[in-house]
Amino acid sequence: MDERERLRLYEQKVLPHLDAAYNLARWLAGNDHDAQDVAQEASLRAFRYFEKFRGENARAWLLTIVRNTFYTWLRKNRPPENTVEINDETLDIEDVSAQTDAVNAPFADADAVRRALAELPVEFREIVILREMEGLSYKEIADLAEVPIGTVMSRLARARKLLQKRLAAEFDLGGNP
Amino acid sequence: MTCQQAKPLIEPYADGELQAAAILELEQHLQSCPECAPALRNLQSLKKTLKQDSLYFAAPDDLRRRIKSALPSPPRAVSLKQVWDWNRLTTVMSGVAAACLVLLLALTMNRGGSEGSLAQEIVSSHVRSLMASHLLDVVSTDRHTVKPWFNGKLDFSPPVKDLALEGFPLVGGRLDYLDGRNVAALVFQRQKHVINLFIWPLKEQRSNPASITSIQGYNVIHWSEAGMAFWAVSDLNEKELMEFAQDFDKGETVSP
Repeated sequence: MDERERLRLYEQKVLPHLDAAYNLARWLAGNDHDAQDVAQEASLRAFRYFEKFRGENARAWLLTIVRNTFYTWLRKNRPPENTVEINDETLDIEDVSAQTDAVNAPFADADAVRRALAELPVEFREIVILREMEGLSYKEIADLAEVPIGTVMSRLARARKLLQKRLAAEFDLGGNP
Repeated sequence: MTCQQAKPLIEPYADGELQAAAILELEQHLQSCPECAPALRNLQSLKKTLKQDSLYFAAPDDLRRRIKSALPSPPRAVSLKQVWDWNRLTTVMSGVAAACLVLLLALTMNRGGSEGSLAQEIVSSHVRSLMASHLLDVVSTDRHTVKPWFNGKLDFSPPVKDLALEGFPLVGGRLDYLDGRNVAALVFQRQKHVINLFIWPLKEQRSNPASITSIQGYNVIHWSEAGMAFWAVSDLNEKELMEFAQDFDKGETVSP
Protein backbone atom coordinates (compact mmCIF):
# COMPACT_ATOMS: atom_id res chain seq x y z
CA MET A 1 0.00 0.00 0.00
CA ASP A 2 1.60 3.29 -0.97
CA GLU A 3 1.39 6.25 1.37
CA ARG A 4 -1.29 8.03 -0.60
CA GLU A 5 -3.55 4.98 -0.62
CA ARG A 6 -2.93 4.47 3.09
CA LEU A 7 -3.90 8.07 3.80
CA ARG A 8 -7.05 7.74 1.71
CA LEU A 9 -8.16 4.54 3.49
CA TYR A 10 -7.29 5.96 6.87
CA GLU A 11 -9.31 9.11 6.23
CA GLN A 12 -12.19 7.07 4.96
CA LYS A 13 -12.27 4.34 7.60
CA VAL A 14 -10.63 5.60 10.77
CA LEU A 15 -11.03 9.39 10.97
CA PRO A 16 -14.87 9.21 10.99
CA HIS A 17 -14.52 7.62 14.44
CA LEU A 18 -12.59 10.51 15.93
CA ASP A 19 -15.61 11.52 18.01
CA ALA A 20 -15.68 8.06 19.57
CA ALA A 21 -11.93 8.23 20.17
CA TYR A 22 -12.16 11.60 21.86
CA ASN A 23 -15.24 10.63 23.88
CA LEU A 24 -13.49 7.57 25.31
CA ALA A 25 -10.29 9.53 25.96
CA ARG A 26 -12.28 12.30 27.61
CA TRP A 27 -14.09 9.92 29.96
CA LEU A 28 -10.89 8.08 30.81
CA ALA A 29 -8.60 11.09 31.28
CA GLY A 30 -11.23 13.28 32.93
CA ASN A 31 -10.33 16.57 31.26
CA ASP A 32 -10.18 18.07 27.79
CA HIS A 33 -6.47 18.82 27.62
CA ASP A 34 -5.25 15.32 28.45
CA ALA A 35 -8.04 13.77 26.39
CA GLN A 36 -6.92 15.72 23.31
CA ASP A 37 -3.35 14.58 23.82
CA VAL A 38 -4.42 10.96 24.18
CA ALA A 39 -6.83 11.08 21.23
CA GLN A 40 -4.29 12.78 18.99
CA GLU A 41 -1.49 10.40 19.88
CA ALA A 42 -3.81 7.42 19.37
CA SER A 43 -5.06 8.69 16.01
CA LEU A 44 -1.53 9.17 14.73
CA ARG A 45 -0.56 5.75 16.01
CA ALA A 46 -3.53 4.32 14.17
CA PHE A 47 -2.18 5.90 11.00
CA ARG A 48 1.31 4.58 11.60
CA TYR A 49 0.05 1.06 12.24
CA PHE A 50 -2.74 1.15 9.70
CA GLU A 51 -1.30 -1.95 7.99
CA LYS A 52 -2.23 -3.92 11.08
CA PHE A 53 -5.90 -3.06 10.75
CA ARG A 54 -7.64 -6.20 9.50
CA GLY A 55 -10.63 -4.39 8.20
CA GLU A 56 -13.76 -5.37 10.06
CA ASN A 57 -14.50 -2.85 12.80
CA ALA A 58 -12.48 0.34 12.50
CA ARG A 59 -14.15 1.96 15.48
CA ALA A 60 -13.35 -0.88 17.88
CA TRP A 61 -9.81 -0.96 16.48
CA LEU A 62 -9.30 2.77 17.02
CA LEU A 63 -10.82 2.57 20.50
CA THR A 64 -8.40 -0.22 21.40
CA ILE A 65 -5.52 2.07 20.47
CA VAL A 66 -7.06 4.96 22.44
CA ARG A 67 -7.37 2.74 25.48
CA ASN A 68 -3.78 1.48 25.24
CA THR A 69 -2.49 5.00 24.66
CA PHE A 70 -4.41 6.18 27.70
CA TYR A 71 -2.95 3.55 30.03
CA THR A 72 0.56 4.25 28.78
CA TRP A 73 -0.06 7.94 29.38
CA LEU A 74 -1.53 7.20 32.82
CA ARG A 75 1.52 5.26 33.95
CA LYS A 76 3.76 8.09 32.83
CA ASN A 77 1.76 11.02 34.15
CA ARG A 78 -0.09 10.03 37.26
CA PRO A 79 1.42 8.62 40.41
CA PRO A 80 0.49 4.98 41.03
CA GLU A 81 -1.31 5.72 44.31
CA ASN A 82 -4.05 7.33 42.25
CA THR A 83 -4.67 4.17 40.34
CA VAL A 84 -6.35 1.76 42.67
CA GLU A 85 -6.01 -1.88 41.84
CA ILE A 86 -9.53 -3.20 41.71
CA ASN A 87 -10.60 -6.62 42.75
CA ASP A 88 -13.60 -7.75 40.81
CA GLU A 89 -14.60 -10.41 43.29
CA THR A 90 -14.43 -8.64 46.60
CA LEU A 91 -15.79 -5.24 45.74
CA ASP A 92 -19.06 -5.32 47.58
CA ILE A 93 -21.84 -3.15 46.37
CA GLU A 94 -25.26 -2.94 47.86
CA ASP A 95 -27.73 -4.02 45.25
CA VAL A 96 -30.43 -1.40 44.83
CA SER A 97 -31.35 -2.41 41.31
CA ALA A 98 -34.65 -3.99 42.26
CA GLN A 99 -35.86 -1.34 44.65
CA THR A 100 -38.74 0.34 42.93
CA ASP A 101 -37.70 3.73 44.27
CA ALA A 102 -34.02 3.11 43.64
CA VAL A 103 -33.63 5.43 40.76
CA ASN A 104 -35.77 7.07 38.24
CA ALA A 105 -32.96 7.71 35.90
CA PRO A 106 -34.61 9.84 33.21
CA PHE A 107 -35.05 12.46 35.91
CA ALA A 108 -31.43 12.36 36.90
CA ASP A 109 -29.85 15.46 35.41
CA ALA A 110 -26.78 15.23 33.22
CA ASP A 111 -24.46 16.77 35.83
CA ALA A 112 -25.42 14.17 38.40
CA VAL A 113 -24.79 11.40 35.88
CA ARG A 114 -21.44 12.95 34.92
CA ARG A 115 -20.37 13.03 38.56
CA ALA A 116 -21.50 9.47 39.15
CA LEU A 117 -19.62 8.25 36.08
CA ALA A 118 -16.49 10.17 36.99
CA GLU A 119 -16.48 8.53 40.41
CA LEU A 120 -16.44 5.01 38.99
CA PRO A 121 -13.09 3.21 39.02
CA VAL A 122 -11.62 3.64 35.56
CA GLU A 123 -11.82 -0.10 34.76
CA PHE A 124 -15.58 0.05 35.31
CA ARG A 125 -16.07 3.39 33.65
CA GLU A 126 -14.47 2.34 30.38
CA ILE A 127 -16.78 -0.63 30.07
CA VAL A 128 -19.87 1.49 30.68
CA ILE A 129 -18.73 4.02 28.04
CA LEU A 130 -17.96 1.30 25.50
CA ARG A 131 -21.24 -0.50 26.10
CA GLU A 132 -23.73 2.35 26.55
CA MET A 133 -22.25 5.18 24.52
CA GLU A 134 -20.47 3.24 21.80
CA GLY A 135 -22.80 0.25 21.70
CA LEU A 136 -19.97 -2.30 21.57
CA SER A 137 -20.93 -5.94 22.21
CA TYR A 138 -19.65 -7.90 25.21
CA LYS A 139 -17.32 -9.76 22.86
CA GLU A 140 -15.92 -6.58 21.32
CA ILE A 141 -15.33 -5.08 24.76
CA ALA A 142 -13.66 -8.29 25.96
CA ASP A 143 -11.28 -8.24 22.96
CA LEU A 144 -10.60 -4.56 23.38
CA ALA A 145 -9.90 -4.67 27.11
CA GLU A 146 -8.22 -8.08 26.91
CA VAL A 147 -10.38 -9.65 29.63
CA PRO A 148 -12.77 -12.62 29.48
CA ILE A 149 -16.42 -11.93 28.59
CA GLY A 150 -17.39 -12.99 32.13
CA THR A 151 -15.27 -10.16 33.51
CA VAL A 152 -16.90 -7.68 31.16
CA MET A 153 -20.31 -8.81 32.39
CA SER A 154 -19.43 -8.70 36.05
CA ARG A 155 -17.76 -5.28 35.75
CA LEU A 156 -20.71 -3.93 33.83
CA ALA A 157 -23.13 -5.27 36.45
CA ARG A 158 -21.11 -3.77 39.28
CA ALA A 159 -20.68 -0.47 37.50
CA ARG A 160 -24.42 -0.25 36.97
CA LYS A 161 -25.15 -1.02 40.62
CA LEU A 162 -22.71 1.70 41.66
CA LEU A 163 -24.30 4.17 39.29
CA GLN A 164 -27.82 3.34 40.43
CA LYS A 165 -26.81 3.68 44.04
CA ARG A 166 -25.06 6.97 43.43
CA LEU A 167 -27.92 8.38 41.39
CA ALA A 168 -30.47 7.21 43.95
CA ALA A 169 -28.52 9.13 46.61
CA GLU A 170 -28.46 12.25 44.42
CA PHE A 171 -32.15 11.81 43.88
CA ASP A 172 -32.84 11.69 47.62
CA LEU A 173 -30.60 14.66 48.35
CA GLY A 174 -32.27 16.61 45.60
CA GLY A 175 -35.43 16.50 47.71
CA ASN A 176 -37.60 15.30 44.89
CA PRO A 177 -40.90 13.69 45.87
CA MET B 1 -37.73 -20.00 35.78
CA THR B 2 -36.92 -18.88 39.32
CA CYS B 3 -35.79 -15.40 40.36
CA GLN B 4 -32.40 -16.89 41.14
CA GLN B 5 -32.08 -18.04 37.54
CA ALA B 6 -33.64 -14.93 36.06
CA LYS B 7 -31.55 -12.27 37.78
CA PRO B 8 -28.24 -12.85 36.01
CA LEU B 9 -30.08 -12.82 32.67
CA ILE B 10 -31.71 -9.42 33.04
CA GLU B 11 -28.66 -7.43 32.00
CA PRO B 12 -27.72 -9.51 28.96
CA TYR B 13 -31.39 -9.33 28.00
CA ALA B 14 -31.45 -5.53 28.19
CA ASP B 15 -28.13 -5.42 26.32
CA GLY B 16 -29.46 -7.61 23.52
CA GLU B 17 -26.94 -10.34 24.31
CA LEU B 18 -29.26 -13.12 25.44
CA GLN B 19 -29.81 -16.29 23.40
CA ALA B 20 -33.22 -16.63 21.78
CA ALA B 21 -34.17 -19.67 23.83
CA ALA B 22 -33.51 -17.92 27.13
CA ILE B 23 -35.35 -14.76 26.02
CA LEU B 24 -38.72 -16.53 25.91
CA GLU B 25 -38.29 -18.09 29.33
CA LEU B 26 -37.12 -14.83 30.87
CA GLU B 27 -39.96 -12.83 29.37
CA GLN B 28 -42.46 -15.27 30.88
CA HIS B 29 -40.84 -14.87 34.26
CA LEU B 30 -40.76 -11.06 33.98
CA GLN B 31 -44.51 -10.92 33.39
CA SER B 32 -45.27 -12.22 36.82
CA CYS B 33 -42.25 -11.38 39.01
CA PRO B 34 -42.66 -8.38 41.35
CA GLU B 35 -38.88 -8.13 41.82
CA CYS B 36 -37.36 -8.78 38.40
CA ALA B 37 -39.76 -6.59 36.42
CA PRO B 38 -38.87 -3.35 38.23
CA ALA B 39 -35.19 -4.32 38.12
CA LEU B 40 -35.45 -4.45 34.34
CA ARG B 41 -37.30 -1.14 34.20
CA ASN B 42 -34.65 0.54 36.34
CA LEU B 43 -31.92 -0.90 34.21
CA GLN B 44 -33.57 0.30 31.04
CA SER B 45 -33.96 3.80 32.38
CA LEU B 46 -30.32 3.83 33.48
CA LYS B 47 -29.28 2.76 29.98
CA LYS B 48 -31.38 5.53 28.50
CA THR B 49 -29.85 8.06 30.87
CA LEU B 50 -26.34 7.10 29.85
CA LYS B 51 -27.18 7.42 26.19
CA GLN B 52 -28.28 11.04 26.38
CA ASP B 53 -26.45 13.28 23.92
CA SER B 54 -25.27 15.77 26.50
CA LEU B 55 -22.98 13.14 28.05
CA TYR B 56 -21.17 12.49 24.80
CA PHE B 57 -18.00 14.47 24.14
CA ALA B 58 -17.61 15.17 20.43
CA ALA B 59 -14.07 15.77 19.19
CA PRO B 60 -13.19 19.49 19.25
CA ASP B 61 -12.43 21.05 15.84
CA ASP B 62 -9.02 21.99 17.12
CA LEU B 63 -8.13 18.33 17.65
CA ARG B 64 -9.42 17.43 14.19
CA ARG B 65 -7.26 20.15 12.66
CA ARG B 66 -4.16 19.13 14.55
CA ILE B 67 -4.50 15.51 13.50
CA LYS B 68 -5.03 16.50 9.86
CA SER B 69 -1.99 18.74 9.92
CA ALA B 70 0.15 16.01 11.45
CA LEU B 71 -0.81 13.58 8.71
CA PRO B 72 1.19 13.70 5.51
CA SER B 73 -0.48 15.69 2.76
CA PRO B 74 -0.73 13.79 -0.53
CA PRO B 75 1.69 15.93 -2.62
CA ARG B 76 4.25 15.61 0.12
CA ALA B 77 3.94 11.84 -0.02
CA VAL B 78 4.99 12.01 -3.66
CA SER B 79 7.94 14.30 -3.08
CA LEU B 80 9.15 12.09 -0.22
CA LYS B 81 9.12 9.16 -2.56
CA GLN B 82 11.18 11.07 -5.07
CA VAL B 83 13.72 11.93 -2.41
CA TRP B 84 13.89 8.27 -1.46
CA ASP B 85 14.38 7.15 -5.03
CA TRP B 86 17.05 9.76 -5.42
CA ASN B 87 18.82 8.57 -2.29
CA ARG B 88 18.79 5.02 -3.53
CA LEU B 89 20.15 6.12 -6.84
CA THR B 90 23.05 8.00 -5.29
CA THR B 91 24.02 5.06 -3.10
CA VAL B 92 24.24 2.92 -6.20
CA MET B 93 26.60 5.39 -7.81
CA SER B 94 30.23 5.27 -6.89
CA GLY B 95 31.27 7.35 -3.92
CA VAL B 96 33.50 9.62 -5.95
CA ALA B 97 30.90 10.33 -8.59
CA ALA B 98 28.29 11.06 -5.93
CA ALA B 99 30.66 13.36 -4.08
CA CYS B 100 31.49 15.24 -7.28
CA LEU B 101 27.82 15.61 -8.07
CA VAL B 102 27.00 16.87 -4.59
CA LEU B 103 29.82 19.38 -4.80
CA LEU B 104 28.72 20.51 -8.24
CA LEU B 105 25.12 20.85 -7.04
CA ALA B 106 26.18 22.82 -4.00
CA LEU B 107 28.19 25.19 -6.16
CA THR B 108 25.57 25.74 -8.82
CA MET B 109 22.45 25.63 -6.74
CA ASN B 110 20.55 28.90 -6.89
CA ARG B 111 18.64 30.34 -3.93
CA GLY B 112 15.33 28.92 -5.11
CA GLY B 113 16.77 25.43 -5.19
CA SER B 114 18.12 25.64 -1.67
CA GLU B 115 14.82 26.75 -0.21
CA GLY B 116 13.64 23.18 0.24
CA SER B 117 16.53 22.32 2.52
CA LEU B 118 16.23 25.69 4.24
CA ALA B 119 12.56 24.98 4.96
CA GLN B 120 13.67 21.65 6.44
CA GLU B 121 16.24 23.48 8.56
CA ILE B 122 13.52 25.86 9.72
CA VAL B 123 11.22 23.03 10.76
CA SER B 124 14.07 21.40 12.71
CA SER B 125 14.77 24.69 14.41
CA HIS B 126 11.07 25.06 15.27
CA VAL B 127 10.95 21.55 16.73
CA ARG B 128 14.14 22.17 18.75
CA SER B 129 12.69 25.41 20.06
CA LEU B 130 9.68 23.56 21.46
CA MET B 131 11.88 21.30 23.55
CA ALA B 132 12.30 22.18 27.19
CA SER B 133 13.17 25.82 27.94
CA HIS B 134 14.68 26.64 24.59
CA LEU B 135 11.75 28.58 23.18
CA LEU B 136 12.40 32.02 24.58
CA ASP B 137 15.47 34.08 25.45
CA VAL B 138 13.39 37.15 26.15
CA VAL B 139 9.94 36.58 27.57
CA SER B 140 7.66 39.49 26.96
CA THR B 141 4.40 40.27 25.31
CA ASP B 142 5.58 43.85 24.87
CA ARG B 143 7.16 44.55 21.49
CA HIS B 144 8.94 47.57 23.03
CA THR B 145 10.80 45.13 25.26
CA VAL B 146 11.44 42.47 22.65
CA LYS B 147 12.78 44.76 19.93
CA PRO B 148 15.55 46.49 21.96
CA TRP B 149 16.57 43.10 23.33
CA PHE B 150 17.92 42.19 19.88
CA ASN B 151 20.15 45.30 19.82
CA GLY B 152 23.78 44.34 19.91
CA LYS B 153 22.97 40.68 19.42
CA LEU B 154 22.29 40.94 15.71
CA ASP B 155 23.76 43.02 12.91
CA PHE B 156 20.28 44.07 11.84
CA SER B 157 17.13 45.25 13.53
CA PRO B 158 14.18 42.91 12.97
CA PRO B 159 10.67 44.34 12.70
CA VAL B 160 8.76 43.40 15.85
CA LYS B 161 4.97 43.51 15.93
CA ASP B 162 2.38 42.34 18.36
CA LEU B 163 -0.65 40.73 16.76
CA ALA B 164 -2.66 40.17 19.96
CA LEU B 165 -5.66 41.92 18.47
CA GLU B 166 -5.54 39.62 15.46
CA GLY B 167 -5.40 36.61 17.81
CA PHE B 168 -1.66 35.96 17.57
CA PRO B 169 -0.16 37.44 20.76
CA LEU B 170 3.59 37.93 20.84
CA VAL B 171 5.15 35.90 23.63
CA GLY B 172 8.82 36.71 23.22
CA GLY B 173 11.94 36.33 21.14
CA ARG B 174 15.09 34.32 20.79
CA LEU B 175 18.35 34.25 18.88
CA ASP B 176 18.66 31.39 16.47
CA TYR B 177 21.10 30.24 13.83
CA LEU B 178 19.88 29.49 10.31
CA ASP B 179 21.21 29.57 6.78
CA GLY B 180 24.71 30.12 8.12
CA ARG B 181 23.94 33.22 10.16
CA ASN B 182 22.40 34.56 13.35
CA VAL B 183 18.71 35.26 12.92
CA ALA B 184 15.91 36.73 14.99
CA ALA B 185 13.14 34.39 16.07
CA LEU B 186 9.90 35.97 17.22
CA VAL B 187 7.50 33.68 19.02
CA PHE B 188 3.75 34.06 18.71
CA GLN B 189 0.93 31.98 19.95
CA ARG B 190 -2.49 31.02 18.73
CA GLN B 191 -4.34 29.11 21.44
CA LYS B 192 -1.98 26.21 22.17
CA HIS B 193 -0.07 26.51 18.90
CA VAL B 194 3.35 28.10 18.85
CA ILE B 195 4.44 30.07 15.80
CA ASN B 196 8.12 30.76 15.25
CA LEU B 197 8.83 33.65 12.90
CA PHE B 198 12.44 33.71 11.72
CA ILE B 199 13.75 36.96 10.27
CA TRP B 200 17.04 37.91 8.67
CA PRO B 201 18.24 40.38 6.05
CA LEU B 202 18.76 39.33 2.44
CA LYS B 203 21.74 40.28 0.37
CA GLU B 204 19.62 42.26 -2.05
CA GLN B 205 16.53 44.40 -1.58
CA ARG B 206 13.68 42.30 -2.86
CA SER B 207 10.12 41.37 -2.02
CA ASN B 208 8.58 38.01 -2.76
CA PRO B 209 4.98 36.94 -2.24
CA ALA B 210 4.27 34.26 0.36
CA SER B 211 4.61 30.59 -0.52
CA ILE B 212 3.56 27.75 1.74
CA THR B 213 4.89 24.22 2.13
CA SER B 214 4.23 21.39 4.54
CA ILE B 215 7.04 19.41 6.13
CA GLN B 216 6.63 16.67 8.74
CA GLY B 217 3.17 17.97 9.56
CA TYR B 218 4.35 21.55 10.05
CA ASN B 219 3.31 24.35 7.78
CA VAL B 220 6.03 26.73 6.66
CA ILE B 221 5.34 30.09 5.02
CA HIS B 222 8.08 32.07 3.41
CA TRP B 223 8.00 35.61 2.07
CA SER B 224 10.35 38.52 1.79
CA GLU B 225 9.69 42.18 2.19
CA ALA B 226 12.00 45.19 1.88
CA GLY B 227 15.16 43.09 1.90
CA MET B 228 14.17 40.88 4.86
CA ALA B 229 13.44 37.16 4.68
CA PHE B 230 10.51 35.92 6.76
CA TRP B 231 9.87 32.29 7.58
CA ALA B 232 6.86 31.42 9.73
CA VAL B 233 6.52 27.84 10.95
CA SER B 234 3.87 26.19 13.10
CA ASP B 235 1.67 23.17 13.55
CA LEU B 236 -1.19 25.58 12.98
CA ASN B 237 -3.33 24.84 9.94
CA GLU B 238 -2.46 26.38 6.61
CA LYS B 239 -5.30 28.89 6.56
CA GLU B 240 -4.58 30.39 9.97
CA LEU B 241 -0.85 30.52 9.38
CA MET B 242 -1.50 32.36 6.14
CA GLU B 243 -3.66 34.81 8.11
CA PHE B 244 -0.80 35.27 10.50
CA ALA B 245 1.60 36.05 7.67
CA GLN B 246 -0.82 38.58 6.20
CA ASP B 247 -1.46 40.20 9.57
CA PHE B 248 2.24 40.44 10.28
CA ASP B 249 2.92 41.90 6.88
CA LYS B 250 0.48 44.74 7.34
CA GLY B 251 0.90 45.14 11.11
CA GLU B 252 2.36 48.25 12.65
CA THR B 253 6.12 48.18 13.26
CA VAL B 254 7.91 49.52 16.27
CA SER B 255 10.33 52.20 15.25
CA PRO B 256 13.80 51.54 16.55
